Amino acid sequence: MISTLGRFSLALAFGLALYGVVVSVLGARRRRPSLVESGRGAVYAVFGLASFAVLLMEAALVGRDFSVQYVARNGSLGTPLFYTIIALWGALEGSILLWIWILALMTLLAVVIEGGRSREAIPYVTAVLLSIQVFFLFLATFPANPFTPLFPPPADGRGPNPLLQNHPLMAIHPPCLYAGYVGWSVPYAFAMAALISGRLGEDWIRTVRRWSIVAWGFLTIGIILGGWWSYAVLGWGGYWAWDPVENASFLPWLTGTAFLHTVMVQERRKMLKVWNLALIITTFSLTIFGTFLTRSGILSSVHAFSESTIGPLFLAFIALILLVSFGLLVYRSDGLKAEGDLESLVSRESAFLMNNLLLLGFAFAVFLGTLFPLLSEAVRGVKVSVGEPFFNTVNVPIGLVLIFLMGVGPLIAWRRASLESLRRTFTIPLILAFLGTGVSSFLGVRGLYPLLAFAAAVFAATTVIQEFVRGARTRRRITGEGYLAALSNLTRRGRRRYGGLIVHLGVVLVAIGITASTVFRQEKEVTLARGESLHLGRYQVRFDELSAWQEPHRFVVQGTFTVLNSARKVAEMRPSKRFYRSEQQPIGTVDVRSTPREDLYLILSSFAQDGSSATLKMLIRPLVMWIWIGGAVMALGALVAIWPDRRRVLAAEAAKERVAWQPGRS
Amino acid sequence: MATWKKLIVPAIILPVLLLLAYGFKTDPRQVPSPLVNRPAPPFSLRAFDGGSASLEQLQGKPVVLNFWASWCFPACYEEAPALEAAWQAYRDRGVMVIGVDIQDRDADARAFLERFKLTFPNGPDLQGKVSIDYGVYGVPETFFIRRDGTIHYKHVGALTKQVLQSKIEEML
Repeated sequence: MISTLGRFSLALAFGLALYGVVVSVLGARRRRPSLVESGRGAVYAVFGLASFAVLLMEAALVGRDFSVQYVARNGSLGTPLFYTIIALWGALEGSILLWIWILALMTLLAVVIEGGRSREAIPYVTAVLLSIQVFFLFLATFPANPFTPLFPPPADGRGPNPLLQNHPLMAIHPPCLYAGYVGWSVPYAFAMAALISGRLGEDWIRTVRRWSIVAWGFLTIGIILGGWWSYAVLGWGGYWAWDPVENASFLPWLTGTAFLHTVMVQERRKMLKVWNLALIITTFSLTIFGTFLTRSGILSSVHAFSESTIGPLFLAFIALILLVSFGLLVYRSDGLKAEGDLESLVSRESAFLMNNLLLLGFAFAVFLGTLFPLLSEAVRGVKVSVGEPFFNTVNVPIGLVLIFLMGVGPLIAWRRASLESLRRTFTIPLILAFLGTGVSSFLGVRGLYPLLAFAAAVFAATTVIQEFVRGARTRRRITGEGYLAALSNLTRRGRRRYGGLIVHLGVVLVAIGITASTVFRQEKEVTLARGESLHLGRYQVRFDELSAWQEPHRFVVQGTFTVLNSARKVAEMRPSKRFYRSEQQPIGTVDVRSTPREDLYLILSSFAQDGSSATLKMLIRPLVMWIWIGGAVMALGALVAIWPDRRRVLAAEAAKERVAWQPGRS
Repeated sequence: MATWKKLIVPAIILPVLLLLAYGFKTDPRQVPSPLVNRPAPPFSLRAFDGGSASLEQLQGKPVVLNFWASWCFPACYEEAPALEAAWQAYRDRGVMVIGVDIQDRDADARAFLERFKLTFPNGPDLQGKVSIDYGVYGVPETFFIRRDGTIHYKHVGALTKQVLQSKIEEML
């Protein structure tokens, strides 16, 4: 029943999306508002059907309807309700369904929110977004149908992958990441609409500004949460491994970040038009590339879904996107001449250009590193794996310069910066950066890169704080408000600017967290008999006992360890290993004690079956928590930047009013 | 835009697409072992039947070192009879077959040995040390160790009679 309904609604949505593409294009070409209106109807209908399909899938999962193959594979009677619900994105077919739903939602929002302001563009935007939807609905209707029935239904299902039912972060990491991926479809659709319709002014840039920040914000949260999940679940004490699929999420982030910066140059100076279009096309293509990598099985990765037949389809889709998009870009290139010139190398434009070159260099290095194993095998027939050393060697210096530029960019003047303004702006940050380097060296930081990292972080942070302080002080002088009121009003008046600065502060925190947790990392692995202790850093960890028990869906072996800090007990920690029926390997569950200063990370590597001894791996990673906090700060900054102004809303309302009165609108 | 600039785009995109397409032909899980032609890492095992086996004792004999587990279905179940057959066929010519059971429960492992009537030495890798030293990625994996203690060949996945026979003959 559910299976039939589900397949039917997906097939219907597929047909309607296709219909929507055709009528939207026809409506725009022949200037037939009724057709455009019908395309809009298709958007609503697709969203309705996609929502219905998601609800059906949830009903099947929660109701343990094993006559649906997906449920039989990813649900089981013993799986807790929470993990049953989120099993929607635990495997290939369900994740595509979620993707479809998010895309349908974004399309709906784009049409509703921008429908008034961008009337000319919206039919093309609709057509582009629905075309993307057609592809995903095609996958869900034919090769990766989540509602494929299973007959006869088994008595019990296999249950979700244990790694995906080990931590609540699994509930938000994938949806955020998907929202980040899918979110880039909207700016891309507006860019394509501009190219198709030939209205190549700065309108599309202004419209997609906020959409890009939303997509970027979700992508940022998704990536940081992914790191956190990996840290909390995978039990190797790290949060980033340059795994192909991690890289795949990082690539659109890098190019998207570049785009967010150069749109400002285009808005202000009408330069870099082709560049921005190319960036948004690249970013969007990379989001699809990321999905492709996860689902094609061409590279080995912890994220790889089971191998499936949809890889070639994805590749064809990527080829089509690149061909059509860049083809259009080349076709329209004559209408995309820059109207401004770079006047000085010491200016914000050039800082942004530098930032773009670095971000793209970074992206290129990551891309190359990710695909190099494939390249090497294709060209030389040699299997290689590219690991951390490559990525770190290439990207750490780029990252350092980027952090430094992050301090320069927002403060340096447009067009041409005077020596006087440079002195006024950067004296204090530079002095503090020097002091900061001295202090970190005194605290035991060694090596060029770590010292530079702290120096750049202090420099960038100081510029941001200085900017807030100076702004608030000026405002206070003029209006007589208190410091806090001045600070909040300042931010409210320039949301985009100050939101951006908050994001920069977040990046600095992340950078500090990464540097400290990498440079000062300590670890030790020892087999302990009961009562024995392990010493590392300030801590002494004593092995107390081993216990084991059976749970409905797994068998758990847990070690109890007492953590002492200078002979005072600070915690009892319980890392464990969980054995799942369906899984070949036990899943280690780490226990982490997080403090702002450092994380203590315990892994139960192995144990004697009689409980007499346990092998414990212990890590101390300083300042890890600041990576997550930095991520939250970045998200907060993005939120500040997109928060609607009352003035703007009123203006938009007014615009809508005027549009509503336009004659000839049906 | 100048013509050469227009050509840049396909010049970049096409090779990337071709490369990705090539990816479908490869299997990323087939990883060559860096241990081939290097000395095999020493190991010692307490066998299920109470005996012991270590690389030191076996110096001068060709060794087939097989990593398996009772939960490894179907691959380990497919190759078990072939391993036993090879052991029976070559033990008189000095070849040793040794099984290393990894990440397993004692009872399950013993049931597995019983089921296939395996008579060559088998022992659990209690601390996971042997599998880590050999860089075992998954089970089953099998290492063929020459008389001089260097690794001749690493096989990933279920063994067949043919592979066992030809690799053992090469070492003799």
